[in-house]
Amino acid sequence: MEAGGLVPAPARPIIVRPRRQSSASWPLIDRIGYWLCWATGIALCLIALAIVVFMFVKGIAYLRPALFVKSPAPSLQQSQSGGFLDPIVGTLIITAIGTVIAAPAGVALAVWISEYGRPVSLARAVESAIDVIAGVPSVVLAIFGLLVFSESFLGFLSQNAVNGSVYGRSFFAAGIVMAILALPLIVGSTREALAQVPDRVREASYALGKSRASTIRWVLLPSIRPQIASGIALGMGRIVGDTAIITILLGVTLTTEGVGSVPLIGTLRGTGSTLTSYVYNNSPAGEGNAPQKAYAAAFVLLMVVLALNALVTRLTGGRERGGRLSALRRALASRRPEWTR
Amino acid sequence: MPRRSGRSEDQRTERMLGALAIAVLVLIGAMIVTVFVNAWPSFSSNGLSWFGPGGNVDTQLRAMQESTPLPGHDISYFRAWPLIWGTLLTTVFAVVLALVVSILAAVFLTEFAPAPVRRTLEPVIRLLAGVPSVVYGLIGILALAPLINQHLISNARKQSVAYVVQLNGADLTTATVILAVMITPIMVALIAGALESVPLPWREGSVALGVNRWRTIVRVSLRTARPAIVAATVLATARALGEAIMLAMVSGGRGFAANPLDGLTFLFEPVRPLAATIVQQSEGLTIAPLAHTIYAMAAVLLVSAALLSFAGWAAKQPLKQYGIRA
Amino acid sequence: MDPLMPPPVRRIALDREPHIAPPATSPNGAGSGAVVPSEAHRRLTRPDPATVRERMRIESVWLAYGENWVVRDVTLPVRKGEVLALIGASGSGKTTLLRSLNRLTEITAGAARAGRITLEGEEIHELEVNDLRRRVSMVFQQPNPFPMSIYDNVAYALAEQRPPRGRRRRRTAELEQAAQEALRRAGLYDEIAADLDRSALKLSGGQQQRLCIARALAAEPEVLLLDEPCSALDPISTATIEELIVRLRESVAIVIVTHNLQQAFRVADHVAFMHLGELIEYGPSEQVFDRPSQQRTRDYISGAFG
Repeated sequence: MEAGGLVPAPARPIIVRPRRQSSASWPLIDRIGYWLCWATGIALCLIALAIVVFMFVKGIAYLRPALFVKSPAPSLQQSQSGGFLDPIVGTLIITAIGTVIAAPAGVALAVWISEYGRPVSLARAVESAIDVIAGVPSVVLAIFGLLVFSESFLGFLSQNAVNGSVYGRSFFAAGIVMAILALPLIVGSTREALAQVPDRVREASYALGKSRASTIRWVLLPSIRPQIASGIALGMGRIVGDTAIITILLGVTLTTEGVGSVPLIGTLRGTGSTLTSYVYNNSPAGEGNAPQKAYAAAFVLLMVVLALNALVTRLTGGRERGGRLSALRRALASRRPEWTR
Repeated sequence: MPRRSGRSEDQRTERMLGALAIAVLVLIGAMIVTVFVNAWPSFSSNGLSWFGPGGNVDTQLRAMQESTPLPGHDISYFRAWPLIWGTLLTTVFAVVLALVVSILAAVFLTEFAPAPVRRTLEPVIRLLAGVPSVVYGLIGILALAPLINQHLISNARKQSVAYVVQLNGADLTTATVILAVMITPIMVALIAGALESVPLPWREGSVALGVNRWRTIVRVSLRTARPAIVAATVLATARALGEAIMLAMVSGGRGFAANPLDGLTFLFEPVRPLAATIVQQSEGLTIAPLAHTIYAMAAVLLVSAALLSFAGWAAKQPLKQYGIRA
Repeated sequence: MDPLMPPPVRRIALDREPHIAPPATSPNGAGSGAVVPSEAHRRLTRPDPATVRERMRIESVWLAYGENWVVRDVTLPVRKGEVLALIGASGSGKTTLLRSLNRLTEITAGAARAGRITLEGEEIHELEVNDLRRRVSMVFQQPNPFPMSIYDNVAYALAEQRPPRGRRRRRTAELEQAAQEALRRAGLYDEIAADLDRSALKLSGGQQQRLCIARALAAEPEVLLLDEPCSALDPISTATIEELIVRLRESVAIVIVTHNLQQAFRVADHVAFMHLGELIEYGPSEQVFDRPSQQRTRDYISGAFG
């Protein structure tokens, strides 16, 4: 062992490699738990596989290019009931309205709660309010929305009957209520991201003589843009997938029915359908009862969700520790206000 | 950007954002008040027996819709028990099932699953967590219900209860299974995330004491992840409680109080939870007594959601002293 | 190396806790000003040769992570009744060697070993791993008490030893006795006797580390491995733990990895100096510190590197 070069590796090292720790020596109850875990894991894989394969097989079997360009038609024959052009457009419109309202409002709320939050009691109250939205069933939001949008002073957002009563069901109405639905996810993601920006970043900006407002606008928000975007994508997923609000607040006419003569506003004041309501109405539970159309539309819905998921992964996957489940987990977890965590 | 004094700009921003926050608060306050104000006539005319059993719910709802009071009763006569019972059954069964499965699955995913399995399963779980409930409803009514109808419900069983209710596969079992399938991915995602973030020194410390891997998971990892498990359960319960469309599709759609005394048949009896009832009756929102009844159901859901959120908060308090956060 | 630091620390510790004063056989008292500083820092007692017994033997051990050999051909005895200190610069493989003694290296994928490590003559790889880890317990650099009460922390390993029988973790008198005994041995009991049910995370850093030692002692291990147990602690806590280590060597073989030369000097009976995975020098602590035979040991001890 003279102080010199390293000792060469043994010519024939008897190498002891760790075996995978066997559970053979564990107490019986531990082994049962261990095998139960495996069984559940495998069952979960199989169920997930079954659902995905089932939807893909059914979807691809019934999906025709023509479905994308034809409007739905009232017919009990599946061959004559048209396609789902209008529902696709409807989904796009609702998602657009919901996102346009929820994104800025959600970010602004999150900024206010995290960066200002004065008086504290008000901040707590707002946190609880957002928590209430997150926990409230969307069907409750929907019937509340119907009540609000049936008020005569909001008549410009939907159609008015001859007798002066307001219908209360329109793209505007559904879109705005959808924005409320998506709000907690966007607030959650943004708050979580803001909490992770270290204070030294804020201090560095204040030290340069920047005001709080411009620090938020020019330093904080740009630095958390991916998390905000992923929150918005999660919110969009929520909007795309909700059916109860559509059934109650969009009127669910087969095709998009505009109101009045102004082109865009007319459509938005009018009624229509979305992919979710189309699936519902074409299922045995709805009036159409055209399972093939329902499967095809459900497949398209699934593709939209897949795309939104891919977007979230892309936005946050690279920079986050702890696997790809974390974006969803964060957004969901932070739906609970700070004091409950 | 025009240069203004930072202070006034700050104040303006704070006021604007604060105004928005107050607006949200007012909106939610208005919602709660509106729902309760509109629900009050139904509660006040039925009293506490609103929650109790008494007659056929569907008949009562139809009576309100047709404005022809049931003989011997007020027009707003309503006994919600079958719907509340249906909500309880589907929610509790599905959440318990999903809780057990998702804890085991989350442990599997984070501790035992080989890397390739894990890499495939994670995005799939995320996809399943995002699948719209109406798609699950479709699978339930077109795939699972017929399966159960053909293979699990014998004709003798159908005959045995034919005089009260028709069994067709859209029932408590289908509703529970599909609901569990719907909420499990969310719970797995939350619990697996929490397990992943258990500090390594705690797990290492336990292993170094000669405690085997399974017990380390149970007694250190799962214990530390408990607040997340509670949060996941609360979230999943809220989802299950509020799920309307999917349950309207698969639960049989009859306001029937499934009877546990019927033995196994109980599992194949139709139910209809509150949220599903609201959707199915939403056309009737223009008819006053029916609308009040619907708002009363909404109020019950609202209160349950609030209680749930409080219960979740309370359940996590004892763990605070150990510095566990989730 | 700061020559001014150790003596006051030691005195403070003794003044604060006279009940853990060293045994009467102490050859030289705590830092009387007359002796040369290096003598004053020396640990207080020598081991009684009669109690020294070999527990583990490390024979020509090579350790690798993947293709990278981080410990090369090390042979060392581990004896009860004395403290063995592994010293050396960062990356010298001393922590890896320590972790291999209770097969914690196996947690890392790709770990491999050549050579023999025996516990009471048995190759440790032949033993059931959890049994081995109960017999050869470990305390880590960062105090890592579990997020449970103090009592539960100590009872944690104890309850594991008994077969689970329905009512698990019942606070039996027997269990309680054992937990108290472990806390006493770790010199913690008197401080926290009143609040055994408090969260372990509310303790100070030094108390947390002693709790971890108590937790490791609870299962009555034959060997205790300490991986830089004081590097995250303040000087007073460090002194308390060093006292504890010297006291514990009577009942359990102790291996301590340390960066801190004075610490090795204060607590160790035998010292092994490692450099880049090789064992450079091993011997009684006086010999290694006062008359190192290797140039590299001399350089390291005099502060030329490390």
